[in-house]
Amino acid sequence: MSTEVQHAEPGIFQKYFLSTDHKMIAMQYLFTGMAMALIGGFFAYVFRMQLGFPNQHVPGYGLVTPGKYNALVTMHGSIMIFWVAMPVLIAAFGNFLIPLMVGCDDMAFPRINRLSYQIFLLSALVLLASFLVKGGPFGGAWTGYPPLSAVGAYNLTPIGATLWLLAVALEFIAFLLGGINFTVTTMNSRAPGMKMYDIPLVVWMIVLASVIFMCSVGPLIAGAVMLLFDQTMSTGFYDPTRGGDPLLWQHLFWFFGHPEVYVVLLPALGIVAEVVAVFARKKIFGYKTVLYTTWSVGFLSFVVWAHHQFVAGIDPRMANIFSITTLLISVPITEMVFLYIATLYGGSIHLDTPMLWGLAFIGEFMIGGVTGIFLGSSGTDIYLHDSYFVIAHFHYTFVPIAIIAVYAGLTFWYPKMFGRMLNETLGKIHFWGTVIPFNVIFIPLFITGTAGDQRRVYSYAQFAEQSRPALQHLRTTSTIALLFMLAFQFVFIFNFFWSLRRGKRADANPWRSSTLEWTVPSPPPHGNFAELPIVYRGPYEYGLPGCAEDFAPQNVPDAALAGRSRA
Amino acid sequence: MSAGAKPIANTRSGTGIPTARLITWWVIASEIVIFGGLLASYVMHRIGHPEWAESASHTNTWAGAFNTFVLLTSSLCAVLAHKAADAHDGPRAARLLRLTALGGLIFLTVKGFEWAADFREGFVLSSGGFWSFYYTLAGLHGLHVLAGMIIMLIIASEAAKNQEMQRVECIGLYWHFVDIVWIFLFPLLYIAR
Amino acid sequence: MLERYLTAASTYAHWIDYQFLLIAVLVGFWLIVAEGAMFWLIFKFRAKNGRPTQYITGEEKHLVRWITIPHILVILCDIVIIVPAIMVWYNIKQVLPPPDETVRVIGQQWAWSFQQAGPDGVLDTADDIRTVGELHVKVNTTYHFELMSRDVVHSFSVPSFRLKQDALPGRTITGWFRPNRVGTYDIQCTQMCGIGHAMMAGRIIVETPQNHAAWLMRNANPAAAGLQLPPASAGNEAATVAEVQR
Repeated sequence: MSTEVQHAEPGIFQKYFLSTDHKMIAMQYLFTGMAMALIGGFFAYVFRMQLGFPNQHVPGYGLVTPGKYNALVTMHGSIMIFWVAMPVLIAAFGNFLIPLMVGCDDMAFPRINRLSYQIFLLSALVLLASFLVKGGPFGGAWTGYPPLSAVGAYNLTPIGATLWLLAVALEFIAFLLGGINFTVTTMNSRAPGMKMYDIPLVVWMIVLASVIFMCSVGPLIAGAVMLLFDQTMSTGFYDPTRGGDPLLWQHLFWFFGHPEVYVVLLPALGIVAEVVAVFARKKIFGYKTVLYTTWSVGFLSFVVWAHHQFVAGIDPRMANIFSITTLLISVPITEMVFLYIATLYGGSIHLDTPMLWGLAFIGEFMIGGVTGIFLGSSGTDIYLHDSYFVIAHFHYTFVPIAIIAVYAGLTFWYPKMFGRMLNETLGKIHFWGTVIPFNVIFIPLFITGTAGDQRRVYSYAQFAEQSRPALQHLRTTSTIALLFMLAFQFVFIFNFFWSLRRGKRADANPWRSSTLEWTVPSPPPHGNFAELPIVYRGPYEYGLPGCAEDFAPQNVPDAALAGRSRA
Repeated sequence: MSAGAKPIANTRSGTGIPTARLITWWVIASEIVIFGGLLASYVMHRIGHPEWAESASHTNTWAGAFNTFVLLTSSLCAVLAHKAADAHDGPRAARLLRLTALGGLIFLTVKGFEWAADFREGFVLSSGGFWSFYYTLAGLHGLHVLAGMIIMLIIASEAAKNQEMQRVECIGLYWHFVDIVWIFLFPLLYIAR
Repeated sequence: MLERYLTAASTYAHWIDYQFLLIAVLVGFWLIVAEGAMFWLIFKFRAKNGRPTQYITGEEKHLVRWITIPHILVILCDIVIIVPAIMVWYNIKQVLPPPDETVRVIGQQWAWSFQQAGPDGVLDTADDIRTVGELHVKVNTTYHFELMSRDVVHSFSVPSFRLKQDALPGRTITGWFRPNRVGTYDIQCTQMCGIGHAMMAGRIIVETPQNHAAWLMRNANPAAAGLQLPPASAGNEAATVAEVQR
């Protein structure tokens, strides 16, 4: 079967701004996400400079006042989650990979796909606009608890607060729309012969992430409408003096907020699965079990939310239930991590750059996972809540998700996306220059958090117990490590753009992977497949007995396997 | 992508369900979670604030009941439109869809008068806990009625030319959902004392 | 173990510290096992010329055992962790021992203020002592605190006591503590509350009964009923009614 989409060569505007091609939309999400990452990273640089070298002028920024500090941490958190992790992991990789990996020519609804990016871009612009308004960007933390976030006189950033809320709401709409395509295309548009368990894990994970997102974001959209009215229309949804309740926002927020972390975790796990299978030349250990644990995690993620609210003023009896469910959710996640590690057994491991990132994900994420137990245990959370222990815990999960797994995916699929190979030496330098400093940033913060450092304060000068010199040394160490880590990102940026023009040209399947995206040219043409594929087997048939090569591509009939030559 | 050309991805059906219906269910599912969240918040607050019953008694139950009847009738028209589309009678489906949209218009008009009367009595969005929820819930629902009407008329004009007939069922499904939300809203906002 | 990082100055601080140590030992063990397994496998199965990869689906019973058994052991560890965790929580947050004294803690943008009984020993009488930024308490005495907020959500945190409770406007939340070590300890606000969040510092001064009685006498003033509190300050200066009068 051949595709017959004929049209004239598009002009620049048509090609870059109005394209409905899933690969172009993926690039739009990728580059927007990367640009926002630079902004979010810059904010981290500024506020860590204040923490490491208190009350000094920060090069490239100036003096960090308390108000600016609050805005910096608020924007850093919001940007990294909503405008970096989600667009890159879900929308960029999802858009690029899904049609290619399931064997069709585009997404099921290309124009809705384009609309989703346009709304996403608008959301980013609205957020950036908030940097320019009177009062500056919102400074009430990414969680935006009312009454602080509802009343301008309390937060002193009233215009910023409303713009932030609108930006987040628009981002939600964009991803609800995007999810349509990921889900429907995977469900319906698969190549003939591709059954449910022949779908690559990364595709499954992005679809499940979209479903979890869709099922959890509704109550927060409702909550956001109510907060918007409190901010602008004098309603009192969250005002206790008018029959409202600040806790309502917290429940609505965290009912979404907790599943959200799995929304970003799942695609990262998917990317790592692909990379580990290819570079260990090995079938994933227990593909179906991986899926079952993922479904369990997805389901359980909806019943743990109040572990963010143990000391918030909820009924103390509720805390016990949520503590149990929280420890319960660690069980399927642990099993999934064990399955990934087990995949290495019996393999033939090649430590190319993508694999280094994939393995680093597993090693670092495990630290994030085990430190979560301290917080899920309600008794210890009394002490650790809102301390730097929490920050260190979630960076040990988020950085693997939003940075390590993203680099794994980018270094792995770069040849397919751009038709060139990245420089491997620069890749390894970048890897070590990121992962080592990352640990030096956050291990000290576990210590300062355990020693009592609370979150979201620009200075510990008022707190005798937190002004111990040993603690300041740890904070300064953390800041210096961040400077190193940020500096090494320029190695990647250079490698990325230099290789676009000067990298070695990539052929269709430089990594000798078995999934469908590697059967088309690099980069794929419009319409993807000159001849739409038929699928004969699952996605991880590495080391298949009776096969001439050490991998069996999904689209090659059984009869042709034995006679294949080593290309 | 040239105008009107659908990707092959759109025409396949691995699940056996047409892609158009899948997207409709996705949209409805997301809306259920949004309205569900808002409704649950309202119900929790209402339980904790028995004094809201006094405010609630000022809602115009007759307007609400009439509007319920209008929406149910319009849903019937949507069902008949679907049958016409299945029978490949595009112009008839279009007529019935336009009748459905007319039902939506009547709904919104009645609501307009109802709210105007409420405003005159001094009950506005910021008038207190009950009214804030009332206007937010009914207002969000009203926006969905309006959006549904607009999309319905677009689909009707395509169906009149016997084009994209599978969309008639989809907009009908959406309209039923809008109807069901109202079935929940009516007793919770108008009747509950 | 936790005490190495910060003093423990209340009775339940030690419960939380033991729970922390229990978790650290158990998860630390599993972390080392899992990381060790991963690094060992990377080393053992690194690509070697001529050694082909094995075709393993994950359904082979003798291999799945290596996942299932650790998995069950992890679940057992989770149970060993959750049971004392709930007990600690229950005894701190759900069950309040009978109070020897009660104090009121009020959070606002951006200071902590306190109200405690004066020499008559009864709260809400004319001789009550109201302070800003500083709370004086007796060692080895069980206190109830009644926590409230005047504006946004704050959080009353005394790290040395391992005490933390969010303060919500519109409601009063009661908790308890029993200091068991004389000294001066920080009070923090641990919920983002605006630009003065880092200035919402306070001190809790735990003193012997004799010193506390002396402080009480120095600061009590029966005629203080009805006197205005000083306006909300940055919270780092201890301002008592008596000091303002001076």
